[in-house]
Amino acid sequence: MTFPDNCKYTHDHEWVRVEGNIGIIGVTDHAQGELGDVVYIDIADDLAEVEKGGSFGTIEAVKTVADLFSPVGGKVVEVNRGLNDAPETVNKDPYGEGWIVKVELSNPADLDELMDVNAYKELVGH
Amino acid sequence: MKRTNFYAQHMAAQAKMVEFAGFEMPIQYPKGIMHEHEVVRTGVGVFDVSHMGEFDVRGTGALAFLQQLTVNDVSKLVPGKAQYSAMCKPDGGIVDDLLVYMMSENHYMMVVNGACEEKDWNWAFENSKNFADCQLTNMSADINLLAVQGPKSLETLQKLTSTNLSEIQYYGFAEGTLAGVDMILSRTGYTGEIGMEIYFRGGEDVAAAIWNAVFAAGEEFGIEPIGLAARDTLRLEKGYCLYGNDIDETTHPLEAGLGWITKLAKGTFNGSDVIAKAKEQGVTRKLVGLVIGVEKFIARHGYDIVHNGTTVGKVTSGNIAPSLNKAIALGYVPTELSAPGSMVEIAARGKTFPAEVVKIPFSA
Repeated sequence: MTFPDNCKYTHDHEWVRVEGNIGIIGVTDHAQGELGDVVYIDIADDLAEVEKGGSFGTIEAVKTVADLFSPVGGKVVEVNRGLNDAPETVNKDPYGEGWIVKVELSNPADLDELMDVNAYKELVGH
Repeated sequence: MKRTNFYAQHMAAQAKMVEFAGFEMPIQYPKGIMHEHEVVRTGVGVFDVSHMGEFDVRGTGALAFLQQLTVNDVSKLVPGKAQYSAMCKPDGGIVDDLLVYMMSENHYMMVVNGACEEKDWNWAFENSKNFADCQLTNMSADINLLAVQGPKSLETLQKLTSTNLSEIQYYGFAEGTLAGVDMILSRTGYTGEIGMEIYFRGGEDVAAAIWNAVFAAGEEFGIEPIGLAARDTLRLEKGYCLYGNDIDETTHPLEAGLGWITKLAKGTFNGSDVIAKAKEQGVTRKLVGLVIGVEKFIARHGYDIVHNGTTVGKVTSGNIAPSLNKAIALGYVPTELSAPGSMVEIAARGKTFPAEVVKIPFSA
């Protein structure tokens, strides 16, 4: 299981990696492993903004369906629509090609409330 | 939590383990459910289903007992044949679905769901008291069971036994040896593929030896272990009922599409009065196949089925059908909506998704 140290993590097993003022958001390697084969990422076509801790869609996997919660608030700048045709990318490359949404941070201080890699490792028992 | 004798093999294969039927069982292996599903449809896969329950039934009263206990006509069995059946309560509710094997005259074996084993044992044992010379033995803890399934399954196992497997018909079985161990070689399964279920006694050492022999024999066909999750998608595509999801003590066999195993003509049996009455009056709801209009929306157990804004039934099982590349489900709908082509909706997360009633088994 991988835990990039350039990400911040939530208790709901999302990660965010900040590049400039953009937060790239996805689900963790641990999460994809627990979900099993991902078959569908359901995000509203008109998703414009996300709230910190707010649900912005669902992730449908063979075993279960889970809400996606945003680690940070902000304006949505891009949704990874490539996942429509290849949802398994979330399983194969959760921190890379399997990113889900990019957000322009409205409040960089949101990041301070998230876990760093060591705290997240501890959460999932690594 | 109990473990089967294949626990070490699951660990070695890096299975993800879950609690199921009181056992620690493999839900999937690292390559994932879709992959495992495909392996069984195109090659050969091995399921540890040792959590299943096996009851030995003997005596001159065994046939009469099984005729009373189960809905299928046990008198039609001959030694070396098995039948799919169900047992009902007096009100017609299904206690469990099961296989009944005829070993020889006055000697049968019942194979029941692992999750129901204790309940089934108590129910069967209570019922057996009404029959003279009918002895039940619960062999569940002593029997290992592997399901070897897929188009390459017989070729794999044939390397390990002198019994001619191609001569065993579907729902037939033979007692023979495989890799030197006495076992029941049964042409049955829960995947819709050609395959066998092999029952044998012995501890972890015997289990390991058989597991290793089967995997060595199947290596050239890409044999892999398969978990419970893919077992579920494989059976769902074929429309096979899963006890606890699609059938339970609140459903009776005719509603569940199990009329074909319910032989009212054989005489009275547990539940036969209620079932006969239901047949006469017509059932009010039926278990149907559903294809979801939105490609990847999984209709899950318990979701409401809606028609014209009213909840009319529940989804009992649903998943992606990996071989068909669509989302499918089973669920109960009112009889008037049960004809193929009927349109309903499935409600989840404040939305509704269209679904069409289709024939079972599902097809591409």
